[in-house]
Amino acid sequence: MGKDYEVVIGLEVHAELKTDSKIFCGCSTAFGAEPNTQVCPVCSGFPGMLPVLNQKVVELAIITGLALNSKIPDYCKFDRKNYFYPDLPKAYQISQFDLPICMGGYLDIEIDGDKKRIGITRAHMEEDAGKLVHQGNITSTTFSLVDLNRSGVPLLEIVSEPDMRSASEARAYLEKLRAILLFAGVSDCKMQEGSLRCDANVSVRPVGETRLGARAEIKNLNSFRSLERAIEFEARRQIEAIEDGEAIIQETRTWDEDKQATRSMRSKEEAHDYRYFPEPDLPPLRISHEWVERLRTVMPELPDQAQIRLQESFGLPSYDAAILTLTPESLAFFDKCVELYPQPKMVSNWMMGELSRLLNQNNLEISDCRFGPAELARLLTLIDEGTISGKMAKGIFEDMFASGKPPDQIIAEKGMTQISDQDTLIKVIDEVIAANPTVVEDYRNGKEKALGFLVGQIMKATKGQANPGVVNTLLKERL
Amino acid sequence: MELYELTLHELLTLHNNKQASSEEIVNSIFKRIHQVEGDVKAFISLDEDTARQKARAADSEKWPGKIAGMPFGLKDIFCTRGLKTTCASRMLENFVPTYDSTAGARLNAAGGVLIGKLNMDEFAMGSSTEQSAFFATHNPWDLTRVPGGSSGGSAAAVSADEVPFALGTDTGGSIRQPAAFCGVVGLRPTYGRVSRWGVIAYASSLDQVGVFSKDVEDCALVMNLIAGRDPRDATSLEVEVPDYTAYLDAGIKGMKIACPREYFGQGVDAGIQEAVKKALQKYEEAGAIVEEVSLPHSQYALPAYYLVATAEASANLARFDGVRYGLRDGQADNVIDMFSNSRSRGFGSEVKRRIMLGTYALSSGYYDAYYLKALKVRRLIYEDFQKVFNEFDLIVAPTTPTTAFKIGEQIGDPLTLYMNDILTVPVNMAGLPGISIPCGLLNGLPVGMQLIGKPFDEGTLIKAAYAYEEISGIRCLKPQQGVI
Ligand SMILES: [Zn+2]
Repeated sequence: MGKDYEVVIGLEVHAELKTDSKIFCGCSTAFGAEPNTQVCPVCSGFPGMLPVLNQKVVELAIITGLALNSKIPDYCKFDRKNYFYPDLPKAYQISQFDLPICMGGYLDIEIDGDKKRIGITRAHMEEDAGKLVHQGNITSTTFSLVDLNRSGVPLLEIVSEPDMRSASEARAYLEKLRAILLFAGVSDCKMQEGSLRCDANVSVRPVGETRLGARAEIKNLNSFRSLERAIEFEARRQIEAIEDGEAIIQETRTWDEDKQATRSMRSKEEAHDYRYFPEPDLPPLRISHEWVERLRTVMPELPDQAQIRLQESFGLPSYDAAILTLTPESLAFFDKCVELYPQPKMVSNWMMGELSRLLNQNNLEISDCRFGPAELARLLTLIDEGTISGKMAKGIFEDMFASGKPPDQIIAEKGMTQISDQDTLIKVIDEVIAANPTVVEDYRNGKEKALGFLVGQIMKATKGQANPGVVNTLLKERL
Repeated sequence: MELYELTLHELLTLHNNKQASSEEIVNSIFKRIHQVEGDVKAFISLDEDTARQKARAADSEKWPGKIAGMPFGLKDIFCTRGLKTTCASRMLENFVPTYDSTAGARLNAAGGVLIGKLNMDEFAMGSSTEQSAFFATHNPWDLTRVPGGSSGGSAAAVSADEVPFALGTDTGGSIRQPAAFCGVVGLRPTYGRVSRWGVIAYASSLDQVGVFSKDVEDCALVMNLIAGRDPRDATSLEVEVPDYTAYLDAGIKGMKIACPREYFGQGVDAGIQEAVKKALQKYEEAGAIVEEVSLPHSQYALPAYYLVATAEASANLARFDGVRYGLRDGQADNVIDMFSNSRSRGFGSEVKRRIMLGTYALSSGYYDAYYLKALKVRRLIYEDFQKVFNEFDLIVAPTTPTTAFKIGEQIGDPLTLYMNDILTVPVNMAGLPGISIPCGLLNGLPVGMQLIGKPFDEGTLIKAAYAYEEISGIRCLKPQQGVI
């Protein structure tokens, strides 16, 4: 990237709100059902049908607003956003245009230890559309099918200010937003299932310029990785275009995961005129101060508060605290584990080391983990008690991860208890000393490193079961 | 006297006294329908077999309720489960809903027997029922004339004794104007009084379900059945529903009636003005206080109405895209062509005109000048009424500028046709209740008088309308023998 340009990024995030039923009818919102099994005349846009607002949606939107430091106006309304598409049954989407439920707000991100505040413009409630299922190849098929299970699923669109200046800031924002939504309990935020979707508005401008450049809105960003890649690509593309003397046009682009590139979908001129107007079927929404305050008092602990708690109560470094508070599940795992095994840094090390490595390798979430915090606490206790060595613990941990068996069972099954018995160990030590006369000689001549080699040989001979502390003491005596 | 000639309350009395069975009543109704329907053409579809079954069930007390076994009709804009609901459009020619409208369901639950679905202007857009995609309905008073619209089939059917009462919808006058043209009672309740659920939307913020009946007492009886909050319609309000029949006492002494001068101006037939003024005199003689008032913003109601109504219609009718139901061009080779061909073939010219008007009014760059301005006008119209209602109990005015016009007379001239609504749209724009009752004849055609009330004060309208029946003796006007 040319050093004379800066990239300006704003994100529009659609989070599916966690309700049992849809926003304007009683149909289930459960993911993965057979096509068109969660539909009714209302969400499939039949003649004469009317929407009735699900109050739970409003509640979750208010909670989100509070978690994002937004203002909740006492009056908001719904509007119709008009466009034709086969997956949009009414040919308009019920959304909120000029008077959304959440106004303003912010969240804080941390990049390399530096805090940065990212502004939030607004958040509004709306209904999701259905989806098209293309038969075979989209260019050669003669028909497509419509699945309306998603039609009417409640969404909250959260729009940020154009406050981000790099792909990593954008990623940090989305990660933080996701953590907040998860902690607030308002959304499942599963990007693969589409319950968290993100569009990025990207523009570039010469450093020092205060006006915004023409922006591209990038769609189809299905993971944190594609968000970062797409922003990097798009910023580079725009800078190169400017350097080549081309003007950037405002347009909508899509991220092509295969080609790792963005490509144009439609220009500003081709953009829809959505002809917003107030939704006459829903009375404007009045939100009482009492309702907002009641929800504020039951607000769960949010990531920032949890992070401070981990740092202040447990003395964890801010890096550890930030990682452990990315999801409520990981924080709960940590909290429970520390309750049973009160050495926070040790727990954190294991969670961020071994556990995180195995989860990533297997593409799993902590909620998929087959053992719980109690089992990790037990494993760490067994190390402290000298029953197993740290090295053995790692092997057992992998076994726990794969099989879900508790550590005691694995140890018993494999006969892996640590050997601390002096007579047994002396026998092995003497054998090792006898077998390595030159190394022994080196040690006696002051080469400290030689000791490590001998310990290694002893561990090898005991298949790692020798208690390292006891081995060390005895070995030094024998030498 | 034939059973079909009677009102609902008369039929109920006979039925309760075991002087007429439901089967006899329904048989009489179908006899009448087969007699006159060839001339009147009020019905799009009849549900004869089911109706006769329900009548028999009512007689054996298996179809109970307050109006058990009593026949009625529904404008074909009310969705009926298992029964074609066309909205008088090619688009929905074969559409069979899986659900009943709330208002229709309430009548069914009260034991009503649905006779059939009544003709209308396509998607309720029109003032003559000539815009039905299927056929025009004829005014029973003069078969060469229109019955009014859009609920023309409902008005004509009640007027021709084909049903004792029917439901319609009123977006800009679609109940009151045809009621006036056909000489029957037509009540458009307050916006939010009767559920719109299951009624195909034209303009959601203006549409309201209402009643056609032969006299005011029947209107009160039917309102008792259909009024009230429906949790499935968020715009239906939680306002207590009184017993409307309790207002049938003619006690109008001291009632303050406002007479808005703007409704007696240019463009309103002198004979109609005279008929309504005579009626006002009768009210005064009976002890009411009548004073002239001004509703200055009424003159802007019509243009504002045609912006708000068409804007909402452009969105409401967008769902008819051929994807899930209704007419579809199955030959189109892409989805855009499928949309546009289906809509081109499915909608008539007046519907297309209004969709285009509304789309234009909402377009980027025009919204503020048209739609937003219309909303401001709407507010001013409401405030006009509010001022008057601070001092008066109701407003009385003509319902229409003319009596029923000839079929074909205005069809080529949409603007003249739109003028039919000039005296009725202010009520819709303000969300108020209005009732039209016959107040006399002009050249052998009925003249309608419109009573406008405060929000949710249908009771006062019923009281004053009933009083007029009592003092004028004009009740259950019948077209001349021999016309049909
Ligand atoms: Zn549904």
